[in-house]
Amino acid sequence: MAAPRLFRPTARLFSSRLASTALRSNLRQTACAPSIYRRGYATENGTKEVTVRDALNEALAEELELNQKTFILGEEVAQYNGAYKVTRGLLDRFGPKRVIDTPITEAGFCGLAVGAALAGLHPICEFMTFNFAMQAIDQIINSAAKTHYMSGGIQPCNVTFRGPNGFAAGVAAQHSQDYSAWYGSIPGLKVVSPWSSEDAKGLLKAAIRDPNPVVVLENELMYGQSFPMSEAAQKNDFVLPIGKAKIERPGKDLTIVSLSRCVGQSLTAAAELKQKYGVDAEVINLRSVKPLDVETIIASLKKTGRIMVVESGYPMFGVSSEILALSMEYGFDYLTAPAVRVTGAEVPTPYAAGLEGMAFPQEDTIVTQAAKLLRL
Amino acid sequence: MSLKILTRSGLRSHHLTTARIAPARRWSSSISQRPGSDSVRFPGAVNSKFTTQMSFLKASDLPAIPTYRVMDSDGEMVDKTRPAPDVTDEEVLTWYKNMLSVSVMDVVMFEAQRQGRLSFYMVSAGEEGITVGSAAALTQDDVVFAQYREAGVFQQRGFTLKNFMSQLFANCNDTGKGRNMPVHYGQNYPRMVSPSTHHYGTANEELEADKTTQHTISSPLATQIPQAAGAAYALKLQDLQNPNRDPRIVACYFGEGAASEGDFHAALNIAATRSCPVVFICRNNGYAISTPTLEQYRGDGIASRGVGYGIDTIRVDGNDVFAVNEAMKEARRLALSEGGKPVLIEAMSYRVSHHSTSDDSFAYRARVEVEDWKRRDNPIIRLRKWLENQGLWNEELEKTTRDEMRKAVLKEFGDAERQQKPSLKEAFADVYEEITEEQREQMAELKRILETYPDEYDLRPYKDGIKGLD
Repeated sequence: MAAPRLFRPTARLFSSRLASTALRSNLRQTACAPSIYRRGYATENGTKEVTVRDALNEALAEELELNQKTFILGEEVAQYNGAYKVTRGLLDRFGPKRVIDTPITEAGFCGLAVGAALAGLHPICEFMTFNFAMQAIDQIINSAAKTHYMSGGIQPCNVTFRGPNGFAAGVAAQHSQDYSAWYGSIPGLKVVSPWSSEDAKGLLKAAIRDPNPVVVLENELMYGQSFPMSEAAQKNDFVLPIGKAKIERPGKDLTIVSLSRCVGQSLTAAAELKQKYGVDAEVINLRSVKPLDVETIIASLKKTGRIMVVESGYPMFGVSSEILALSMEYGFDYLTAPAVRVTGAEVPTPYAAGLEGMAFPQEDTIVTQAAKLLRL
Repeated sequence: MSLKILTRSGLRSHHLTTARIAPARRWSSSISQRPGSDSVRFPGAVNSKFTTQMSFLKASDLPAIPTYRVMDSDGEMVDKTRPAPDVTDEEVLTWYKNMLSVSVMDVVMFEAQRQGRLSFYMVSAGEEGITVGSAAALTQDDVVFAQYREAGVFQQRGFTLKNFMSQLFANCNDTGKGRNMPVHYGQNYPRMVSPSTHHYGTANEELEADKTTQHTISSPLATQIPQAAGAAYALKLQDLQNPNRDPRIVACYFGEGAASEGDFHAALNIAATRSCPVVFICRNNGYAISTPTLEQYRGDGIASRGVGYGIDTIRVDGNDVFAVNEAMKEARRLALSEGGKPVLIEAMSYRVSHHSTSDDSFAYRARVEVEDWKRRDNPIIRLRKWLENQGLWNEELEKTTRDEMRKAVLKEFGDAERQQKPSLKEAFADVYEEITEEQREQMAELKRILETYPDEYDLRPYKDGIKGLD
């Protein structure tokens, strides 16, 4: 079993640690350097380097502009421009009736968002982190996800819940949990988890437009990272379909399924596998946790015969457990080796940087486990 | 964002006067401490006088918030000098009949549950005055979030016996399609815009609430309270966009037991800070299932909490339908004043019934206490006395009306029980706005099994039988 149920010593900590200290959240009073807000530059083929933060900001601004029914609310989203500056400039542009600072009461403002959705508006509810959304999880699961069904289909609930999910850098166990599996298990919810800037913009816009309640699980460590954005993605009608995965790197020897920040790590690991062992790993970026693109995963598995899932959630009852089970159900005859998951360790995330690094999959963890799976 | 400055206008009145500043920028209203000032100008308390006397405020030293009453328990006006309630005789008779109808239905359905004909029921005995009296002050366009003991609100707003029975028996006429527990009623009007086909509006599109005025009841306690604040905020935005329409409020009902939930506190605070036009109506019936109010809180009921959140608050006699109605009318007016604000009504009553069919309250309270309340003071008896004093009602009318109601309830009961259940596809539909691919596959698989083994499954009780899966 490749899941690090125990700490796994790592040769080196992930490279983004230094960069991410600038983003380090001081919990409620997050200090975020304003200088990180920067526009990308255009290249000859029309693509542009854009940070995930700006892509999210662009998505929000475009949807607020296009649809009068939308509004955004959360702690610090207006005057402070968002704890992570994702809502930067929105207050000035759309005014205090549509960009709303709330008291520090997740149950209160999440309930308010759900109520406004039940009344026909399309609210966007920002959680400073999904760790704090546990105070409001009853509103998300018992009310938002179930009311359409339980009302006999008469009550709409077009609400978007968004915010950073999973571990960041040095914020300890109560701010480092990955909720993909929690929300992914609830009928009535849709759950997306972007990795790149295009993912972020396309999925957030899709979430806001989707008539169902959608949970958008962002990642704090990704906010400051830049990705090229195609000309099409820069337009205000760019939307990604919810429920479709993306093959980020085609390959024939091993399928690596991943989501959110781990997609980047998997791609680096895949490059290393190629360089070290000459192995071609196919990397699938899930994009959507619910609905899950089983078709793409199984098609890839049939091609490579081997599957590994990489995520930062806990090993048990997680996204990777689900994908492994599905691989067994739909692709058992094609597997040439036992399916493997690489996950976070079964431990409340430690604060100390060294320990924290050992609690989550690193690029070399992925390489080592892949090599083991491939018997290299 | 508007900034509220609270001024305590005296302890006795328990009212807060509010002055509002609506700055373009929050910091334009920032304050500073002036030298030599006699009062505090900290941001968190802008009008507090300095004192050299150290004294702790004791809740027990404050007078209890008074209870507003119009009619006494003999059905007479308490204050003979004031004009009679501003209601026509016909209206009062309708209220009475609505209260009576709920109470007649309650008796029948409670027994029906005991006979095993439905899984669960909750009666409203003792609280019909609160629900009917307050609902009568609402307009048809106002939106209601209820808890579960508000059959009177539904009755007063036009829910028919057939609607009640269809929900209770989860038959094919239930608008909830048989997916919710009994008494979790919902009421809807046709939607203006179907989200599945037109969820994506344009800047010019008029903001129009889906015409669902009575939100489906949700079991987890108090979740409806912050939602009501959110719906009120939505109404406020919609009414701002369309100044030609009559402004609307949200009425939100809950028991004093639910007011212990965190959601209650979160909701009152957020409704106050967002200036939401919502009236919170607390039915204080003395019990949270088995826990008496004495063990639920140490303060002065629920009303005192409203004052703490800077919300206009009143306590009324819930057994006095006129007091409830007048308070609700005024609360509605207040909620729409000053650009919208929340109001709290604490309506006092006594839960004559068991909490639900799953409860036997004589395990924790004396039968004599309940009998005493039933006899001594009860909203229905009180209004009947008032009507008799006015010459509008008598024993004969009471008897024939009760008989007719009982017959009507039993007829609808029988019809609803015999009616077919919702079609099989309703088990799958509406989890999402559109049926998913997986759900279609599951429906096809179910159909295949049902067709393969027709002798094993009796599909006659379900609307459209096997075709219900198409």
